[in-house]
Amino acid sequence: MEESLDDLYEHAPCGYLSTDFEGVIVKVNETFLAMTGFERSDVLGRTWLSLLSGGARIFHETHYAPLLRMQGYVREIAIDMVCADGARLPVLVNSVLHHDRKVVRTVVFSASDRREYERELLRERERAIASEAKARLLAQTLQQSFIPPALPEVPGLDVAGVYRPAGTGDEVGGDFYDVFSTGSDGAWVVVVGDVQGKGAEAAAVTAMARYTLRAAAMQSSSPGVVLRTLHDMLTNSEFDRFVTVVYARIADGAMTVSSGGHPCPLRVTPAGEVTPICQVGSLVGVLGLELPPSDALVPLRPGEVFVFYTDGVTEARNATEGFFGEERLQALVGSCSGLDAAGIADRVVDAVVTYQEGLPRDDIAVVVVKVAES
Amino acid sequence: MSVLQRNNVKVSGNPDGRPMLFAHGFGCDQNMWRYVTPAFIDEYRVVVFDHVGSGDSDLSAYDEEKYSTLDGYASDVIEIIDELSLKDVVFVGHSVSSMVGVVAAARRPECFGALVLVGPSPRYIDDPDAGYVGGFTHEDIEGLLDSLDSNYLGWSTAMAPVIMGRPDRPELGEELTNSFCRTDPAIARHFARVTFTSDNRADLAAADVPTLVLQCSDDVIAPTSVGEYVAGAMPRASLTLLQATGHCPNLSAPDETIAAMKAFL
Repeated sequence: MEESLDDLYEHAPCGYLSTDFEGVIVKVNETFLAMTGFERSDVLGRTWLSLLSGGARIFHETHYAPLLRMQGYVREIAIDMVCADGARLPVLVNSVLHHDRKVVRTVVFSASDRREYERELLRERERAIASEAKARLLAQTLQQSFIPPALPEVPGLDVAGVYRPAGTGDEVGGDFYDVFSTGSDGAWVVVVGDVQGKGAEAAAVTAMARYTLRAAAMQSSSPGVVLRTLHDMLTNSEFDRFVTVVYARIADGAMTVSSGGHPCPLRVTPAGEVTPICQVGSLVGVLGLELPPSDALVPLRPGEVFVFYTDGVTEARNATEGFFGEERLQALVGSCSGLDAAGIADRVVDAVVTYQEGLPRDDIAVVVVKVAES
Repeated sequence: MSVLQRNNVKVSGNPDGRPMLFAHGFGCDQNMWRYVTPAFIDEYRVVVFDHVGSGDSDLSAYDEEKYSTLDGYASDVIEIIDELSLKDVVFVGHSVSSMVGVVAAARRPECFGALVLVGPSPRYIDDPDAGYVGGFTHEDIEGLLDSLDSNYLGWSTAMAPVIMGRPDRPELGEELTNSFCRTDPAIARHFARVTFTSDNRADLAAADVPTLVLQCSDDVIAPTSVGEYVAGAMPRASLTLLQATGHCPNLSAPDETIAAMKAFL
């Protein structure tokens, strides 16, 4: 079988046209005419630009033509042509500029379906961006509900809390804290905890834990018993997650503290001496671990500082120095004399964030209680 | 990041010569001047740059608020002039950068010795109430934004750091196709909207600097009537009609462009 060159040109499976350097069409094939509905005499002598839609003309003059001049070719340019009947025809265009022949050769492929598909993808992307923003807002709103919007004024104590979500804060973490009064008996409660895991289920457990602790606090003056209530609630819930939590009840110039698997708060004396103030009991919410954590009674002396924190502090890590660790934390809080509670909490969180080059891998929660100077 | 890095400023030519500052228009980058600048390097101190958001500028410096009018771009031009301590500047602006130069000259006339405006238009959209024909309708501009959405010109987020940061890597060869006119599509879209919805007719009278309007024949972006409007509205402007057609005589007819500039200067 023999192919004729003329037929190869005229009936190529794409529109094919040649323009001079002024953009005037000097030759065009049958396929192009069939695509656009023009007669040959309509287009010969017209400029290629005049066959484009208004927006495509601007694109041609600001991108297509300069690129063609600078690199000698353009490929895969998507523009709209205007056909003989005025209808828009989305096309893909490749052009090559031949300096020696002073001609630009252009092939034109119809791209209606492809363009519709691309528009669909663009719309999908816009939808994805919008729903991501929504999810982020939801996560942040949920997260804010895990900590009190403002801490109450506690007589004789200076109390401050700082919470810093992991990474860029797009995901709901499990750290929480709370400071509240138990009402008529004049006691105050400080709670700092961490629910295992992240995401929606961890968030549900966090909310449940926080409100269970508030309710149980009204029923018992023993932190160990309150944690036991939380443990019973969790092991009987549909959730299979444990919680670490430290619970401190402040009344009559003393603090009763119990820890369910949570790092013990640190006591800092005015002289800068730092000691953990309780024993770490077992995790809360794990079936089979049912010993009620023991209560430690700690007197509150003027000027003493108590630092509650989550493992986002001590388990912060960097490549060169490993874990932030308890030693580093103890040294840091031991050198905070003169700072108020908010100043100490800020200093700890800043140090831990900086230690992780500004992008913490886990949530960080710190609550500081400072006893007033006598 | 310094102003010179931010705008990818390149200085060449005669260090003691009169400064000639070239500003590219919407779409591509400083390469738009590659056929014109060689004619001036013996006599002039030639400065080219990329607008923030274009070419090899610092994309992280792109601030939608700042660049929501041509004033933000004019501020950058003034900062470049100040940074290099340029005096008696010949400002050569193409397309939308003509108006960037007009705005900058209106703000700091003492810096500018002359303006060369290549294909200027103070307003692209028709204003029938004022009897002004810019050549485009709002629908045309929306059509352009559609074109930009469909023509990412090889941009992909994954490739962006390579594309934008490594002009020194020719082995990327094929990947660098279209690089002269490539930028983040979101930035291109915003720049397009700002450019083609701008209206700087009121600024023309305030740019009291000797000015040459270089008008192409048959320019669909900036028709001859618009060039005449610009020359008529500026205090000290003359118009030279080029035989070159299209919107980019700096690329399609550099010799004629250079000759007209030299005759004016």
